[in-house]
Amino acid sequence: MVNFLIRRLFTTLILAVALVAVVFIMLRTIVPGDPIQTLAGDFATPEMIESLRIKQGLDKPLHIQFFIFVRNALQGDLGNSIFTGLPVTDRVIGAYPVTIRLTIYSFLFSMTLGLMLGVITSYYHDTWLDNIMRIMSVTFASVPTFWLGLMLILIFAVWLDVLPVQGDMLSLEGLLLPAISLGAGSAASLARLVRASMLEVLNTEYVRTARAKGLHEWGVVVKHSLRNALVPIITIAGFQIGGLLGGAIITENIFGLAGMGTLVINGITSRDYPVVQGTVLFTAFTYLGVNIIVDVMYAYVDPRIRYD
Amino acid sequence: MLTLTLESDTIDGEYQVPGIPKEKTPFQLAFRRFGHNWIAIAAFILMILIVLSAIFANRITTFDPIKLNAKARLTAPNSEYWFGTDAMGRDVFTRIMYGGRVSLWIGLSAVILSLVIGVPLGLISGYTGGVVDNLIMRFMDLILAFPGILFAIWLVSMLGPGVNQVIIAIAFWDLPGFSRVVRGSVLSIKEIDYIQASRALGGNPWRIMFSHVLPNVIAPIIIMASLSISGSILAGSSLSFLGLGAQPPTSEWGLMLSDGRPYLRQAWWLMVFPGAMITLFVLASNIFGDGLRDALDPRTEIK
Repeated sequence: MVNFLIRRLFTTLILAVALVAVVFIMLRTIVPGDPIQTLAGDFATPEMIESLRIKQGLDKPLHIQFFIFVRNALQGDLGNSIFTGLPVTDRVIGAYPVTIRLTIYSFLFSMTLGLMLGVITSYYHDTWLDNIMRIMSVTFASVPTFWLGLMLILIFAVWLDVLPVQGDMLSLEGLLLPAISLGAGSAASLARLVRASMLEVLNTEYVRTARAKGLHEWGVVVKHSLRNALVPIITIAGFQIGGLLGGAIITENIFGLAGMGTLVINGITSRDYPVVQGTVLFTAFTYLGVNIIVDVMYAYVDPRIRYD
Repeated sequence: MLTLTLESDTIDGEYQVPGIPKEKTPFQLAFRRFGHNWIAIAAFILMILIVLSAIFANRITTFDPIKLNAKARLTAPNSEYWFGTDAMGRDVFTRIMYGGRVSLWIGLSAVILSLVIGVPLGLISGYTGGVVDNLIMRFMDLILAFPGILFAIWLVSMLGPGVNQVIIAIAFWDLPGFSRVVRGSVLSIKEIDYIQASRALGGNPWRIMFSHVLPNVIAPIIIMASLSISGSILAGSSLSFLGLGAQPPTSEWGLMLSDGRPYLRQAWWLMVFPGAMITLFVLASNIFGDGLRDALDPRTEIK
C-alpha cells in the first residue's frame, strides 16, 4: 500500500510537471501577439518595452524561462495579472474556497440522491416506481447544467420568490440552488449506475444466503449488497468530482459566485493570460489530488485490491 | 436433377442447405435487435426531425433570425410568434430552428474530427505497443488531468472565441475516450489467431491495422460516437453560453440563453424554449446511443 502510494504520488508529480509544461508551451506558441506589448500598452516607447521584457524575464531563452516558470509554479507563484498587477495566487486563493465548497456540496447532494434512488430502484426493479425513476434519471442526465440553473432561478427565485437569485456558499438558501443544479446531472447518472451495480450483487448467492439465514432486509441491502456494489460506484464518483469541478465554472457564472470559474472566464474575456493559466493549473492540480484519494478509497472499500 | 431448391432455400441465389437457416451477419442481427426497441426508434426519429428542422429552417418559418423588429420586442408567445420574441423583436421559434444549424454542427463535427484523429491513434497505440503506445496514452492522460469541461475552456481561451475553435477544443476533449476504447478493443483482438496469422505471413502492419483490426472494433466505435454526440452538443452550447463559442448575432441555443438572461423576470420564454430544445436533442441522442449499444452487443437477447 505504501509502495503503491509512493509510486502513485510520483506519477502524479510527473503529470503535474507535464501539465505545467504544456500550459506554458501552449501559451507561448499558440496565443497570438507579444505579451509584453499587451502589458506595456499602446503608448510604450521601445525602451520601456525592453526594460519591461527584462523585468518579466522574457529576454531569456525559452528553456530558461520554462524552468523559472516551473520553479515559481511549484513554489506557488503563478505570475501577476496583466491588468491589476496583483499576484495571480492571491486571486486564486480568494476564489478557491467558493469553487471547492460548491463542488463538495453538489457532490454530497449527488451522492446522497444517487445512492438512495439507485438502491430503491434496484430493490423495486421492474415496477412502476423503477420505470418512473429511470425516465427521470435519463432526463436529468440530459439537462444542461446551465439551463437547469436558469430554470431553478426562474421557478424558485422569480416565480415563487422563496430563494435568492444570487448564490452564496455560506448560507443554506444561497447554496441550495447552485448545488442542486450542478449535482442533479451526476445524481441521475449515479442512480443508474448504482441500480445496475446493485442488481448484479442482489442476484449473487451470498445475498441469497444472507436472506436464507433470516437477516432483516436492511442488513441484506445495505450491509451485504451495497458495500459490494461500491467499487464501480467509487470509480465513477471519482470521475464525477472532475465533472463537477469543471461544471462549477458554468454554475458560478449563472449564480454570480466569485469562484475559479468566474475568474477564468473573466480572464479569458479580458485576455489576462496569467490569470487563466494560474486558475486552470490550480484546478487541474486539485483534480489530480482528488484522483489519488479515490485510488486510496478503492483499497479501503475493497481489500481484495492489491497494489503491487 | 436434384430437387433441393425450394423457394426458401435459396437466398440471393446462394445455395442453402435445407433445414439450416442462413446465418445473419452481426449487423443484420444488430439491426433486428434495434428494430425491437421502440423507445430507441422514437428517439432516433426525434433526432432526425430536429436535424431536418434545422436544415430546412428557411422553409419552415418565414421570419428572419437576425433582422431586428423594434415593434415586436419581448412579445409573449402567441399565434403569430409561437415561442415569443426576444429583446430585439426576433421570433424565438425561428431562431431556435436556425440555431440548431450551429449547435448541431458543433456537436457533430467535433465528434467526427475526434473520430478521425482518435481512432487511428488508438489503433496505432494498441497495435504497436511499447514506446509509441506509452507516448500516446500519456498525452491522453494529460487531457484527462483537466477536470470536466475545463480542458475545452482552456483550449478556447488560447485559440480565441468562435465556432471553429470550439469544435477543435471539444474534439480534443473527446479524444481520450475514442482512443482508449479503440486501444482496449485492439489489445484483445490482436491476439486472435487470424491477426497472428497475417502477422506471421509478414503482412504490412498498416494494412493489418486498417483492414483486419479496424473492422472488428467498429461496434465499440459506433457506440462511443453516438454517446459522444450528446456530450459534445452539451459542451458546445455551454461554451457558447459562456460567450466563448458562437458570437452575436448568430443564433445558437446556448448563446440564446445567455442573451435572454437579462430579461429573466420579464420574458420566461427566452429561457425555457432554447434550453428545452437542447435537452430534447441530448435526451434523444442518449436514448438512441443506449439503444445502439444494446443492439450491437451480441449478448442482448431479442425479445
